[in-house]
Amino acid sequence: MTALHFPTPETSAAAEALRAEVRDFLAETLKDYPPHRRAESWFGFDADFSARLAARGWIAMTWPKRYGGHERSALERYVVLEELLAAGAPVAAHWIADRQSGPSLLKFGTEAQKAEILPKIAAGTCFFCIGMSEPDAGSDLAAVRMLARKVEGGFTVNGTKLWTSFGHNAHYMILFCRTDPASQRQEGTSQFLVDLKTPGISIKPIHDIAGKHHFNEVHFTDVFLPDAALIGTLGNGWQQVTSELALERSGPERFLSSFELLVQMVAWLQNHPSAQAEILTGRLVAHLAVLRRLSRSVATLLEQGENPNIQAAIVKDLGATLEQEMPEAIRHVLALEPMVESPDPAAAVLAHIILNAPGFSLRGGTREILRGIIARGLGLR
Amino acid sequence: MVSLEATLLFETAEKLFAREITPAKLLDAQGGVWLDGPWQALEQAGLTQAMSLGEDLPVAEAAGLARIAGAHAVPLPLAETMLAHWLLGRSGLEAPDGVLTLAPVRNESLALHSDGANWRVAGTLRRVPWGRNAGHLLAIAEHQGTTHLLRLPVADADITEGLNLAFEPRDDLVFDTHLPADAVAEFPEGAQGFQAAGAALRALAMAGALAAILDICVAYANERSQFGRPIGKFQAIQQNMAILAGQAAAATGAGDIAAEALAGAPGGRIDILPIAIAKVRAGEAAGLAASLAHQIHGAIGFSQEYRLHFLTKRLWSWREEFGAEAEWSRIIGRAILADGPDRLWSRVAAI
Repeated sequence: MTALHFPTPETSAAAEALRAEVRDFLAETLKDYPPHRRAESWFGFDADFSARLAARGWIAMTWPKRYGGHERSALERYVVLEELLAAGAPVAAHWIADRQSGPSLLKFGTEAQKAEILPKIAAGTCFFCIGMSEPDAGSDLAAVRMLARKVEGGFTVNGTKLWTSFGHNAHYMILFCRTDPASQRQEGTSQFLVDLKTPGISIKPIHDIAGKHHFNEVHFTDVFLPDAALIGTLGNGWQQVTSELALERSGPERFLSSFELLVQMVAWLQNHPSAQAEILTGRLVAHLAVLRRLSRSVATLLEQGENPNIQAAIVKDLGATLEQEMPEAIRHVLALEPMVESPDPAAAVLAHIILNAPGFSLRGGTREILRGIIARGLGLR
Repeated sequence: MVSLEATLLFETAEKLFAREITPAKLLDAQGGVWLDGPWQALEQAGLTQAMSLGEDLPVAEAAGLARIAGAHAVPLPLAETMLAHWLLGRSGLEAPDGVLTLAPVRNESLALHSDGANWRVAGTLRRVPWGRNAGHLLAIAEHQGTTHLLRLPVADADITEGLNLAFEPRDDLVFDTHLPADAVAEFPEGAQGFQAAGAALRALAMAGALAAILDICVAYANERSQFGRPIGKFQAIQQNMAILAGQAAAATGAGDIAAEALAGAPGGRIDILPIAIAKVRAGEAAGLAASLAHQIHGAIGFSQEYRLHFLTKRLWSWREEFGAEAEWSRIIGRAILADGPDRLWSRVAAI
C-alpha cells in the first residue's frame, strides 16, 4: 500500500560526524539557556542565535552555493534540525525562512528574487512569516478573499492575514491571495514576495492563551506590489502553496516540540522512582523513537524526490497526538503543580506545555484537515 | 532497499499464503486441525529456512517474512520455526527438521544441572506456541550465572494443551529429562535477549496484521453503503480510518526497528532496547487498530463468517506474547532513567 510506504531511513558517517559537531556547539552555546526557554522549542526567538547558526553553515544547508547555501544533503539537514529541537534551541527567527519560504523561492522564484533574498536567509539575517490564513479562511485555505488587483506595473493589495507567527519580527512574507477577482476557490490565486516595510502594511499583535505575543494580524491597505514581487506563475498559487505546505508539515518539529518536558520528567523521576514511572517513561520513549523512525522515512522520501504528503500527514497527526498526551500522562506520575514562574524547571516546563498543547493539533493544518488528507490518500473520498 | 533475494522470497510467500490459507482453512485451524498440507508447502518453499541463509539474505530482511505471515493470519508456527533455526545456527547447535518452536521467558523457568558430560533439565514451560505440534523446542535456563540455550525434544514432555484468543495452540510442557551436551549452548544475550528475539517476530507479525486490517477496512468502507452512500464518504468514518492508518504506520515503523535490531548490536548480537520499543509500540497500535477496525465494520466484522476476527484476535494475543507492553516498557524506562536526563536524547537518537 502506497500510503504506508515508509522506506528505511538513510544514515551516513558524515551525518553522524556532523551530529557530534552540532551537539558540541549546542552544549557550549546553550549552556546557560534555561529549561523554561528550551520548552519554547522552535517558537523561541533569538536573532543572535540564528546568526551564529548561519556562521556554522547550518541554515540553508541544502541550497546551491551560488545562493549562499552549503549543498549538504537533506539527511545532514535533518540531523541538524533534530539536534536543535532536542536541545530546545531558539530557532524561531530563521525557522520559517529556512523550512519553507526559502525553498519556495528556490523552486518558484525569479532569478532576481533568489539572488537578492536567499543569501540573506542563509546568513541568518532575513526572517520570513507565512501569509496564508485569513479571518474567513482558516482550515479552508481556498476560501481566501484577499485580493491583489492588477494595476500599471504591479498589483494593489487589500485585506487581512491572520495568525501570522512572528510577523512583527519578520522582514518578508510570502503572501497567498487571489489575483483574479472573479475566481472561485483554488483558481485565480497567486503568491507574492512582500517586503513588510512596504507602505500600507500594519502589523498588530494577537496574544495567545499563555499571554505570549507571537501571532499577529497583518493588514494590507492599498499596498502596491511591483510585478517583480510575483512568485512563480500568475494564477498558479494553489499548486505553489500546496507545495509550501508540504514543507511546513513534514519536519521533525511536529513531534519534537515538547521534548524538554520529557527531559524534565526524567530529571524529576531521578528522585521519585516507581514502577509506574518506569512504565510511563518506557512507553513515551517507545512512541518517540518510532515517530522519529517514521519522520526520517519521510525525509528520505523527500530526498528521493517523492511527494510523501500522506506519510507526512500521518507523522504530524501522530506527533501532535503524542505531544498533547504527554503532559496529561506525565501528570499521573509527577505530582507537581504546573507554574509558569516556578523556580522548579519541571513545574515551569509542564506549565508551558499545557498552555501551548492546544496549538499542536492546529498549527500547520488542523488534526481534522490532516486526517482528511490521509483518508483521501487511502482512497476514501 | 530490499534485496532481490528477499523480494523473491516475499513474492513466493505471498502467493503461497494466498493459495493455501483460505478462510475455510483458518476456521479449520481455529477448530484444532493441524494444517499439514500448507505446512509441507511452506517448508518445501524454503520459508522455514529464510533466516538461515547467511549472507544471501540478511536476517533483518528475512524476518520480514513474519510480517507477511501476520498479514495472512497464517495459523502455523512459521515465525517460531524460522527463528529457532536461526537461534540454533548462531549458537552452533544442530537444527533438526520439522516443526520447531520456542518457549517464552516467564518468571518460572527450567532448572538446569550438569550431569557429567550431559545435562539434566526439569521444570515447566508455559504457553509454548504450537508446543503440541513441534518436534523440538528452544528454551533458556540459567546455570551457574550463565544463560544457556536448550534444544528439547517435545516427546520428552508432558503436555497440557491451551489456546490463545485466536485459538492458536499455547501449551504447557513439563520436562524432567536428560539432554546430551550438543543440545545445550551458552546464550550470551541472556534471557532478555531470547525473549526479545521472540518479541521482534511478534512485532513484525502485528505490523503485517495491521497493514492487512487497513486494506480490509478501506475496501469495506468503499463497498458498504448506508444512508445512500458508501460509509467511507462519511467524515466520522474517514477520521477513524485516518487514525487506523496512523497506527498501522506506527506498527510498520516498529516492525522495521525490530527486524533491524535482531542482529543489530555489535557482533551481530540481538539489540534488546530497540526490540522492546518496537514491541511496546506495535502492541499499543494493535489494540487501538483492532478496536477501530471493528467499529468501522459494524456487526459483520463481529461475526465468525467475516475474515476480520482472524486478524484482530491474533493482535489481542500477540501483544502479550514474548513480553507484554507493561514488561517491555519497564525495561526501556529503567534503562532511560538510569542514564538520566542528559543522555535521554542520545539514547533516542541511537535507535
